[in-house]
Amino acid sequence: MAPEEKFQALVDAEEKIEPTDWMPEGYRKTLIRQIAQHAHSEIIGMQPEGNWISRAPTLYRKAILMAKVQDEAGHGLYLYSAAETLGVRRNDLQELLHQGKHKYSSIFNYPTLTWADMGAIGWLVDGAAITNQVMLTRCSYGPYARAMVRICKEESFHQRQGYEILIRLCNGTPEQKAMAQDALNRWWWPSLMMFGPNDSDSTHSEQSMEWKIKRVSNDDLRQQFVDMTVRQAEYLGLEIPDPELAWNEERGHYDFGEIDWEEFWRVVKGNGPMSRDRIEHKTRAWNDGAWVREAAIAHAAKKTATAA
Amino acid sequence: MSDPIVSSTPQGMPDVAMEPHLRQLVSHADDNLVLAQRLGEWISNAPDLEIDIALANIALDHLGVARALYTHAGEIEGRGSSEDDFAMRRTEREYLNLLIVEQPNGDFAHTILRQFFFDVYQRLLWADLTGSDDPTLAGIAAKAAKETAYHFEFSSSWVVRLGDGTDTSKRKAQAAVDALWSFTAELSGPYEQAWRRIVDELLDEAGLTIPEDPYQRTGGRDGYHTEHLGVLLAEMQWMDRTYPGSQW
Amino acid sequence: MTYDVPVAPGEKPELEEFVEGAADGWPMWEVFVRARRGISHVHIGSLHAADARTALQNARDVYTRRGEGISVWVVPSSEVHAFEPEAAAEYVEANEKVYRLATTYEIPDEVGQM
Repeated sequence: MAPEEKFQALVDAEEKIEPTDWMPEGYRKTLIRQIAQHAHSEIIGMQPEGNWISRAPTLYRKAILMAKVQDEAGHGLYLYSAAETLGVRRNDLQELLHQGKHKYSSIFNYPTLTWADMGAIGWLVDGAAITNQVMLTRCSYGPYARAMVRICKEESFHQRQGYEILIRLCNGTPEQKAMAQDALNRWWWPSLMMFGPNDSDSTHSEQSMEWKIKRVSNDDLRQQFVDMTVRQAEYLGLEIPDPELAWNEERGHYDFGEIDWEEFWRVVKGNGPMSRDRIEHKTRAWNDGAWVREAAIAHAAKKTATAA
Repeated sequence: MSDPIVSSTPQGMPDVAMEPHLRQLVSHADDNLVLAQRLGEWISNAPDLEIDIALANIALDHLGVARALYTHAGEIEGRGSSEDDFAMRRTEREYLNLLIVEQPNGDFAHTILRQFFFDVYQRLLWADLTGSDDPTLAGIAAKAAKETAYHFEFSSSWVVRLGDGTDTSKRKAQAAVDALWSFTAELSGPYEQAWRRIVDELLDEAGLTIPEDPYQRTGGRDGYHTEHLGVLLAEMQWMDRTYPGSQW
Repeated sequence: MTYDVPVAPGEKPELEEFVEGAADGWPMWEVFVRARRGISHVHIGSLHAADARTALQNARDVYTRRGEGISVWVVPSSEVHAFEPEAAAEYVEANEKVYRLATTYEIPDEVGQM
């Protein structure tokens, strides 16, 4: 059997591809980019939430938020490790991020303006991420799928704590409830945008499906998310900012309005409200820390030299 | 080395009225909360992912200790005060933390040296308090001691890495020692000798020297702080003060 | 799909080339953890560190959140010799931080699965 045939046979049989297996160069490169961008998303995602650690309204909320953001760093780390099994180095991947050649999920290019945003992000953004991540636990590449299993176990606490924040706000003072509604108004459409363009406008999808890197289409995932989330919003007594949102009895799903694709592509291209800030922050932390990383290497080298 | 010149609380300042055992609990809680608040600022800003995760872990430990101590303080006080009553509703003149923990993070060397000096102190403190007559405090101290052992391993190994790393890291580490030394008399307090033994040995291993400057600044334990604490509390307490009486 | 950031019209979908030799970072280490007495060490993932001591500290922070009674090994990745290497990862959860457990949060039933 030719290597390509053996590879596809494994994929078709729902077997995992492992690092030492032969794989098409396109498969390898697509995975590197996707896993790396997933990792970058976790790391950049630390910033909008990290923004509220110092101002969390109670010590309990402060502790949870710190733990959540720390988890995200850990997820980034697991994912970079998975990418490295494909023969690249973590520092190289980060360099591509700093240069703007690698991207990250656009959702993090929006600002976190109020405490309610912490609830909205946990509920909507982590909710959308979970929808996607459960699918990725079935990805054909072993190390990525396994990293996703580990991440999914930790992720469900993230969504639940966000939703709980909103329950408190929606059952609180009128000011708190207004804060929650305002957050939903700002985060709803960006959350829908997380699922990418409509399938009809999505390049590469077919190949990714064949390689079982992608298991469910953008539109199907987005629909799944909307159906799940509308009920949750109703429970909170919040109104989703979409006048066209309506249950469609025939389809058995919610109909919803059209995404502002102009905004979508504008943010993808790097012109979102916080796009520059996120990269500047990441790059600054990296550059400011160079002397620390170098010191550790220098010290380790001295130790090795002494021992030798 | 010349006698220290100590700048402490000024004449005529009224004492913070608090029963001694309660005061002790609140002082240590304040230390840990303020330091947790400072360490939290490193999240997403650390030199690399592993360090980010480590600092967040340490911050969470300090926060956990603070919460346990405030909760117990509320029980001792007997007025139904919650951990957030202590943390969010006291002013800068009521906080009793050591001055060193409210200092800004500075660069990584500054943060590591601050952490190291504080870890040595807490090692001695928790060892002492595990023998407390107050069983709850003894229990908190026993758990905190395990966490502090880990923090000490982290901070002391980094002090050596920086002091004996590159010329740049040595320079920065020394600058941090020089800048923080004047807060260490207040920090080491009753444990001064033991504290000095451990610190001298480690700084020596790291190739760092202790400043000759005899100036020491105290006052934290009396509520007489540096200008940094007010700003830190303004940020930390903002939500609670802006939306009084709300549940989160 | 969320992480496959879409290619905007007019952009080239570059699948990346890497800068040779740039960014010599900390070496990579493989992490093995024994979750509790009676079972064996399991490969759990990898991380970067300049020396063994840091690697151990990092491994505890990243992969175990410092649960008690756990044994952690770290091995430089370059020292792992393989014949059809198998990486079977197991997730290890520490019990200390209760708010990490999804069961801690009260979500009413009518809201649906979360």
